[in-house]
Amino acid sequence: MTDLTFSPDQGCPSGLEPASDAPAGDMTAFVRRKNGLDTLTLSVRGAKCGGCLSKIEGAVTDIPGVQQARMNLSNGKLLVSWSDGDLANRIAERVAGLGYGVSAFSEDASAQSAKSEERRLLISMGVAAFALANIMLLSVSVWGGHGEMGETTRTALHAISGLIAFPVLLFSGRHFFQSAWSVLKHGRANMDVPISLALTLAFGVSVWETAIGGAHAYFDACVMLLFFLLIGRFLDARLRRQAHAAAHDLAALQNRSVNRVSASGQMESVRAEDVTKGDLIFLAAGERAVIDLKITSGTSSVDESLVTGESLPRAIQSGETLYAGTVNLDRPIEGEALGDASDSLLSDIAGMLEAGEQKRARYRKIADKAVSLYVPFVHTTAALTLVAWLMLGASPREAIMVAVATLIITCPCALALAAPVAQVVASGRLFRKGTYLRSGDALERFAEIDHIVLDKTGTLTLGTPALVSEHRDELRLAAQLARASRHPLSRAVAAAAGAGPLADDVREVPGLGVEGWIDGARYRLGSAEWVGVESAANMTGPSLWFAPVEGDPIRFAFKDQLHEGADTVIADLKAQGLGIEILSGDTESAVAEVAAALNLSDWRAKVSPQGKVERLTELNAQNKKVLMVGDGLNDAGALAMAHASLAPGGAMDVSQSASDAVYSGGLKAIRSVLNVSKRTRQVMVQNFGLAAAYNFVAVPIAVTGNVTPLIAAIAMSASSLIVTLNALRINASSSA
Amino acid sequence: MNIIVYLIPVALGLGLLGLLAFLWSVNSDQYEDLDGAAHRILNDEDKPL
Repeated sequence: MTDLTFSPDQGCPSGLEPASDAPAGDMTAFVRRKNGLDTLTLSVRGAKCGGCLSKIEGAVTDIPGVQQARMNLSNGKLLVSWSDGDLANRIAERVAGLGYGVSAFSEDASAQSAKSEERRLLISMGVAAFALANIMLLSVSVWGGHGEMGETTRTALHAISGLIAFPVLLFSGRHFFQSAWSVLKHGRANMDVPISLALTLAFGVSVWETAIGGAHAYFDACVMLLFFLLIGRFLDARLRRQAHAAAHDLAALQNRSVNRVSASGQMESVRAEDVTKGDLIFLAAGERAVIDLKITSGTSSVDESLVTGESLPRAIQSGETLYAGTVNLDRPIEGEALGDASDSLLSDIAGMLEAGEQKRARYRKIADKAVSLYVPFVHTTAALTLVAWLMLGASPREAIMVAVATLIITCPCALALAAPVAQVVASGRLFRKGTYLRSGDALERFAEIDHIVLDKTGTLTLGTPALVSEHRDELRLAAQLARASRHPLSRAVAAAAGAGPLADDVREVPGLGVEGWIDGARYRLGSAEWVGVESAANMTGPSLWFAPVEGDPIRFAFKDQLHEGADTVIADLKAQGLGIEILSGDTESAVAEVAAALNLSDWRAKVSPQGKVERLTELNAQNKKVLMVGDGLNDAGALAMAHASLAPGGAMDVSQSASDAVYSGGLKAIRSVLNVSKRTRQVMVQNFGLAAAYNFVAVPIAVTGNVTPLIAAIAMSASSLIVTLNALRINASSSA
Repeated sequence: MNIIVYLIPVALGLGLLGLLAFLWSVNSDQYEDLDGAAHRILNDEDKPL
């Protein structure tokens, strides 16, 4: 029997994430053969600290035959290779047994390309850094020897700088050139067009100056520009890849395999996407359905909390429909697939997610707005400078030099760093607080929130019922029966009683209760009907009856309890002037009780997943910026529709990938996410302000022809440094 | 001043060495798990007797 008592050995030892008790699926279909070894990549959820690393790697390496197990803590992937034999399921079960959620992972092509794109940017950045350091070495000599250095030496040093800069410009600059070229072909322009132009002109002018033995060459400025821009580009790519991983987790859920019963009665493990309509599927106790099923044989009770938000299990029998995402609790059942995996409720929700993502893609970031103001300004200034100097009688060479210097000094280094650095710092800070951010621009959306919609089960409440009745002696006996059952109420009884023995000959009847023998006497624990009591209508809330040998049956009452500190968090958010409402799929009485406890007047009960999406659409139409917080499959569509969304760590995978951030450690995370994001937006706006102020000073100097390569180098690095340091202040602030 | 004929190539060579080390570290996946590396250093590989 399953051990239902809490064990500190389960899950992450840091306590950052609750232990998972979800069983591992069948992994055999995902094993790949590489260099004579079988390899399997598993997605491990809940590993947050160094303790997890050694625990998981140690446990997996201990399995005989395993050659190597390497856990990546940043993205939660475990790569295992072994020499021979069918170890896939043993490995997965071993990790699941340690209290982590496990699913098979197969990398898709777009994740591969995102990864290699990030790597290319990193290498380009390294090459640019190398070139910058060496050119600076030469440039400092030129600046230091100004007036004393002979023309030949200076030209030689410029020439060496140029020789270093040229291949680096081609190599590291290709990211900008390629992107600029591809949009120019279609007659449009983006940020990379002015960047490419500035890089090419700065290089071209410097080559010309070197050739005629001039005093000023801008090779250093050219490469410095490249280096700073690539830092911003790289940080951005890294954040985007993290966001992409979130979307991929949805696919990983679909990757689960199912047990199909063939015509001859043989059981085989196939991928969910290979199932076609009418296939007979076997669903073991504790397994989660991944496609919609119509039950053909067997009775059991199922946990639909992630599908409907209903917190109590429901008894089912043949002929009924089971939706994907439902967990089978008691006994194995068989069912007929109602459609392919792509027709399941899960896929409908995936469709809703896509619609939501498209909506979000239209969101205009602060950085985009800044760039659209900036680019015309820079080009107009440079062009006007050229014309003005020519009209004032300067030689074309002189006029071009001044115009190019203007273009270089106004090039948006600071602008390219302003947003990504702030986002990286903020997401790091949230991560240490137990909140994992799914996208960089989510922070901007969080900062704009004025209305919060909360799901009840699993979000405001713990999602698992807790015993509220006082029957110490009977509890001890009842727990001996309860420990044998997977039913959430039995688990609550077992948890209240703590560790202890199990009754003899325990028998469970789905939908009714358990029966067992203790010291030669028969006891029953279950519904009113099961112990022979008239079901009393006036009793509200979930309850369990226990029938001892003598005396009347006793009633255990349960309540889904609120998260600790939920009331203060809600009161705080209300005080900040945010509108708050509850949107739940649970019964009216259950929702009303929670709303009353939290002092909220705005609540809706018995809302279907579609109803939640409609409510969100309605709020959007009222021009409200909604933050949706929810954990269930029934919330996924609403999460995707909202302006910004949050899901707790215990949420279903789909909901986690539908939201902008996943938090652990209770509702106070909502408050800290909102505070940190407001702070981040403030810093980003400040950064753009600083970049503008920099130009305010630099442009007049450049336009009047007073910029030398030395001034350009100092100005550019100083502005980038100031912006970066300002972003680091997000970490220093003590609020939230 | 003739010394710079030697010194500049030496400086470039040292920089190139650093760049090669960086390329090697990128290509051997050392930037894939920045969080894990920080924790891994604390793990005791030796089993207790």
